[in-house]
Amino acid sequence: MFGKLDWSAIPFDQPIPLITSLLIVVVMLGVLILITLKGWWPYLWGEWITSVDHKRIGVMYCLLGIVMLIRGFADAIMMRTQQAVAINGPGYLPPDHYDQIFTAHGTIMILFGAMPLVIGIMNFLVPLQLGVRDVAFPTFNSVGFWLTASGALLVNVSLFIGEFARTGWLPYPPLSEATYTPGVGVDYYLWAVQISGVGTLITGINIVTTILKMRCPGMSYLRMPIFCWTALASCLLIVAVFPILTATLAMLTLDRYLGWHYFTNTLGGNPMMFVNLIWAWGHPEVYILVLPAFGIFSEIFPTFSGKPLFGYRSMVAATLFICIISMMVWLHHFFTMGAGAAVNTFFGISSSIIAVGTGVKVYNWIFTMYGGRVRFDTPMLWSMGFIFTFCIGGLTGVLLAIPPADFLTHNSMFLVAHFHNVIVGGVVFGVFAGIEFWFPKAFGFRLHPRWGKAAFWLAFVGFWVTFTPLYILGLEGMTRRLQHINIVAWTPWLYVSVAGVGILILGVIAQVIQLVVSIRDRDKLRDVTGDPWDGRSLEWATPSPPPFFNFAVMPNVEGEEAYWGIKLRAVETQQLSPQPDYQPIEMPVNSPVGIYTAFFAFVFGFAMIWHIWWLAILAFVAAYAGFVVFAWRDVHEFHVPAEEVARVDQARREARTALLARMAEQGALP
Amino acid sequence: MSDTPLPASVETIRRVRADPRLGRRGHGSEGPAKGAGHGDTGPASKRIIVGYGFWIFLLSDIVMFSCFFAAFAVQSHATAGGPTMAQIVETPRVALETAALLLSSYTCGLSFAATNARSKLWTQVFLLATGLLGLAFVGMELQEFIGLAARGFTPQRSGMLTAFFGLVGLHGVHVSLAGLWLLTMMAQVQLKGFRPEIIHRLICFNLFWHALDIVWIGIFTIVYLMGGLT
Repeated sequence: MFGKLDWSAIPFDQPIPLITSLLIVVVMLGVLILITLKGWWPYLWGEWITSVDHKRIGVMYCLLGIVMLIRGFADAIMMRTQQAVAINGPGYLPPDHYDQIFTAHGTIMILFGAMPLVIGIMNFLVPLQLGVRDVAFPTFNSVGFWLTASGALLVNVSLFIGEFARTGWLPYPPLSEATYTPGVGVDYYLWAVQISGVGTLITGINIVTTILKMRCPGMSYLRMPIFCWTALASCLLIVAVFPILTATLAMLTLDRYLGWHYFTNTLGGNPMMFVNLIWAWGHPEVYILVLPAFGIFSEIFPTFSGKPLFGYRSMVAATLFICIISMMVWLHHFFTMGAGAAVNTFFGISSSIIAVGTGVKVYNWIFTMYGGRVRFDTPMLWSMGFIFTFCIGGLTGVLLAIPPADFLTHNSMFLVAHFHNVIVGGVVFGVFAGIEFWFPKAFGFRLHPRWGKAAFWLAFVGFWVTFTPLYILGLEGMTRRLQHINIVAWTPWLYVSVAGVGILILGVIAQVIQLVVSIRDRDKLRDVTGDPWDGRSLEWATPSPPPFFNFAVMPNVEGEEAYWGIKLRAVETQQLSPQPDYQPIEMPVNSPVGIYTAFFAFVFGFAMIWHIWWLAILAFVAAYAGFVVFAWRDVHEFHVPAEEVARVDQARREARTALLARMAEQGALP
Repeated sequence: MSDTPLPASVETIRRVRADPRLGRRGHGSEGPAKGAGHGDTGPASKRIIVGYGFWIFLLSDIVMFSCFFAAFAVQSHATAGGPTMAQIVETPRVALETAALLLSSYTCGLSFAATNARSKLWTQVFLLATGLLGLAFVGMELQEFIGLAARGFTPQRSGMLTAFFGLVGLHGVHVSLAGLWLLTMMAQVQLKGFRPEIIHRLICFNLFWHALDIVWIGIFTIVYLMGGLT
């Protein structure tokens, strides 16, 4: 009846997962009861859960990402402390549990932490920057988000029911084959990643179509903000490589469930084929994450330097260069496979060359600041911290790209330090910079600046104190994923690293306080103008938060830095552009199809993990029925009357006029 | 939009082609057409957005197939003492399968010509023909798989058979799901008529069906012809 599922799946004998998951269940129940008591369900259902508004979906992606980032960080704390206490001893985490933690840490941080954050920011921002009212496929957007969320839910369910994979975040066969890992851990991984991968693919298709086919009049390619270019490159990569992930995981699933021989070490299976395929996805994946972060920095540097981005066209070229070359470097993850000198040389050279594109970008950012009037607000601090951190990470990457050197550092702590250096320094710093920068746009008030700066400095210092020792440990020969340590000489460095984690914890606390304090003081931090940072691209032309239709009238772009041009004209003529002729607007209606599909995807995944075949069939049929019902609906859009559009836009125009008057008072006008 | 006889479709196709947003686009001095989403003329029409998005999806689907092709290329000689490709290929059946699928692509194209002429009857007739030919294809493929399994040549036997069943089976699953979609579309055309969103879906369905045909040509060549000969 319930397949492999019985009471032994609940970890009654392991206090850490048991207590953690009970705590999560209690907190979640508490939240649900609170929502019910306060009567918030209709609001949540109508305004968020079924929303197809790209801004709302973007915000929900970011929330999911932040929650999962904290979960992944908890795993990280456990790993660092375990290594520090398990010197010539067992520590407090048995190997079985420790292996699940490093697997969950990698999987969660990349796929359920960083990905939702990056995709959330793209979702929120791309239509606003392109001057349009939504993405190409709003309902699919909602489906994509909820699929990602149900994948994340599956990962967390594994904490309480069954176990997670013990194979590392990329489940290399033959270890991950049913023969050697018979439990449900790898199956949890497979179905969680597979389901959320479909969600990511939907986002990729959606944003590529939006950028290539839906730009406001006048927004030709070379007038798009750089963030849109990086989002385009990132989503092109999603479309190109996520199917590889789907295919590879499907093959491993067939091996595990039906006893096929794609990656087995018997009867003609080929484990190295898995390693090749998974990295053909995995390497572009890191560029999927970091390219939008580059885009975020490319918006922040010009804004806070008060001058246009240096070398716009070279930035576009570098972005597309990275987009293409990122698919030609995957073999550097396994130089030790033994492909031979010629192959290793090719991939060593291509891996070094890809740094050129990034180098172009770094110089462009530095030259953007040069001669500018730089303001050191929190987003700018994260951006400057990024340049420093990411450059060091890039340099150690070039060291690893040299095959003979890689043979010595392969799978060492040096490698661990390197990829945290680029992913934390690049993606995480980028996402935090972006959240600080666009938070007022999304919610109508700024984040508290002093707590933001405190959080930055704690994260920056904490990062370096944590990871510099790992570089040293790697060079001293320490390999990654060690559950206990037998070499006493490493002790000091492991202790320093734990101290760094302590500073990072303070940084996380500062971030939380920043959010709480900002919400408390939201009236003081209110952004009434819609343009709190003196911005340059179209999202700052809307009020904060923007109305659900973004733009009352589609902007007509006449040059690069669309909003900067509009602003200069208003300042010169001391008035706004003439009041436009408001037209009624058609907007897509909300739809529960996203959460419906995701719910059955979750049930399907859970049923497959535990071999509950009837439930899996039922979930598939239900999902198909939902698809048909959705296809049958007759009303796709609703009408916003011209008077309503005019009313909303009138408020914006008044705020802008007041801003102009204030600028005149302060003598900022010519 | 009442039912019109089929020859009118020729006229319709001409009309569609002449529409700069759908057929030939202006280039050079004419500049990009409004509503096509090119250059700086503003967002494209819904029809173009839907078709374009579906093309992107198709590209990603073909990337997925390419992984299974790659696996077959890697494992095509990993027979582990089991049968070789030459021993499992039955040319007559594969020829029939291919004929059925290629013909179904033709009828699928005819159904869209009928859609352009807004002929409900002929759209349904040709969609049904497409579905039946697809069914025949899937049936023959199943027969082949069952026959192989009866001889003990299952995917569990060797890496080569795994890659073979995986690639050919993935295509079969695609055709089956497309069949499910086709039935849904026939019901929608019948009950809802040629509304814009139904036509957009028919465009996507057509693209999907033809793409599966192209993938089959790859399978036919690489798996059956090249594999069967060596």
